[in-house]
Amino acid sequence: MTPPFSAHNLRLDAEPEVERIAASMRQALSQTLRRRGVVVGLSGGIDSSVTAALAVRALGKERVFGILMPERESSPDTRTLSKDFADWLGIESVDEDITGLLEAAGFYTRYEAAVRTVVPDFGPGWKSKLVTSGLQEKPGFTFFSLVAQDPAGTTTRIRLPLKTYLAILAATNFKQRTRKMLEYYHADRLHFAVAGTPNRLEYDQGFFVKNGDGSADLKPIAHLYKTQVYQLAEFLGLPDSIRSRPPTTDTYSLAQGQDEFYFALPFAQMDLCLWGKNHGVAPEEVAIAAGLKTEEVTRVWKDIDTKRATTRYLHLPPLLVEPIAELDAAPAEPSTPVVPRS
Amino acid sequence: MTQIAQEIREFVVKNFLFGQDNGLQDTDSFLESGIIDSTGVLELVSHLEGRYGIKIGDDELVPDNLDSVVAISRFIGLKQGQTA
Repeated sequence: MTPPFSAHNLRLDAEPEVERIAASMRQALSQTLRRRGVVVGLSGGIDSSVTAALAVRALGKERVFGILMPERESSPDTRTLSKDFADWLGIESVDEDITGLLEAAGFYTRYEAAVRTVVPDFGPGWKSKLVTSGLQEKPGFTFFSLVAQDPAGTTTRIRLPLKTYLAILAATNFKQRTRKMLEYYHADRLHFAVAGTPNRLEYDQGFFVKNGDGSADLKPIAHLYKTQVYQLAEFLGLPDSIRSRPPTTDTYSLAQGQDEFYFALPFAQMDLCLWGKNHGVAPEEVAIAAGLKTEEVTRVWKDIDTKRATTRYLHLPPLLVEPIAELDAAPAEPSTPVVPRS
Repeated sequence: MTQIAQEIREFVVKNFLFGQDNGLQDTDSFLESGIIDSTGVLELVSHLEGRYGIKIGDDELVPDNLDSVVAISRFIGLKQGQTA
């Protein structure tokens, strides 16, 4: 008799999976990308840490370069955790505080101006974050609210009108895009490729910024559910400080869990719902495994479909009026190596 | 068709379909047909609040109220009745 669906269904055979990913990275770098190593933006979170550790396993530590990119609103432990982790891996790393770049781009003033359209007193000493309406009692549309905390610690929650929501989002996207710009700077300087760090939940559900954290030359863990990323972290022996850190977006000045901002549920339940949906498991079975009601699973599945549809454009290359047939037919690299003129 | 329904239809066609109604029926579900996504709902709500002088509560952001021309038209009628 087949055992009932549970988190056990998501368990990987870690060792061969690590070897499969490592082989794929070596193949991508040597055959397609023709770069000599990878840069990884390190946040002290589980995804970037596992990606970097896999890259070390695949390529050797001298071919992996870590970049720390905190800014003045980052969680205080982001810098320490990522630096300690780079040292633990034995890779070279650089600390690129992006506060100055964000100031130059006008991020902080743009963000504050957007927030002041709904919280007129917002300014120095205040903190804020965006939260989603999440999984509700009744089926409803998703909407976003701003949680603002004044210097005395009092918080208010306001549903955002469209213009404010878009202005806040557009401003915060500077963070992901600034970080990616630096990753490509170092990649170009070293003749390395950029490794992106999304897990399957983020990749499938479009939880990334186009030309920001969504941009990369390879994404070695995009096929792995979040709980599988944790499983590989355990197999690779990553430090407890990394493995026990709750997932955070580290994008807003108030601490924000990913399930507050984007996903309907904490990742372990999201994983079960997504795996169950992808593998044709009955909603009743998923409900038991995830500790949810059947109608909640159905609603999460609907939300998964909606997010897939609305974020599809994030995955698309620029749309052309007609394909450029010569490029589509061309090999990834010219058959005759191009030697620079001396 | 009521005047409100006509106005909403025009707004949806102009704003989300670039002026081409693509055979849109007044009972078509915006979500199921993919015409309006979650950002589109925010756009719609901002428009309705501004145009009809109403305030839409968080608990009213449900498909029953906002998912088709007919549903919105009925919802606006009810809201205006409440504030009249």
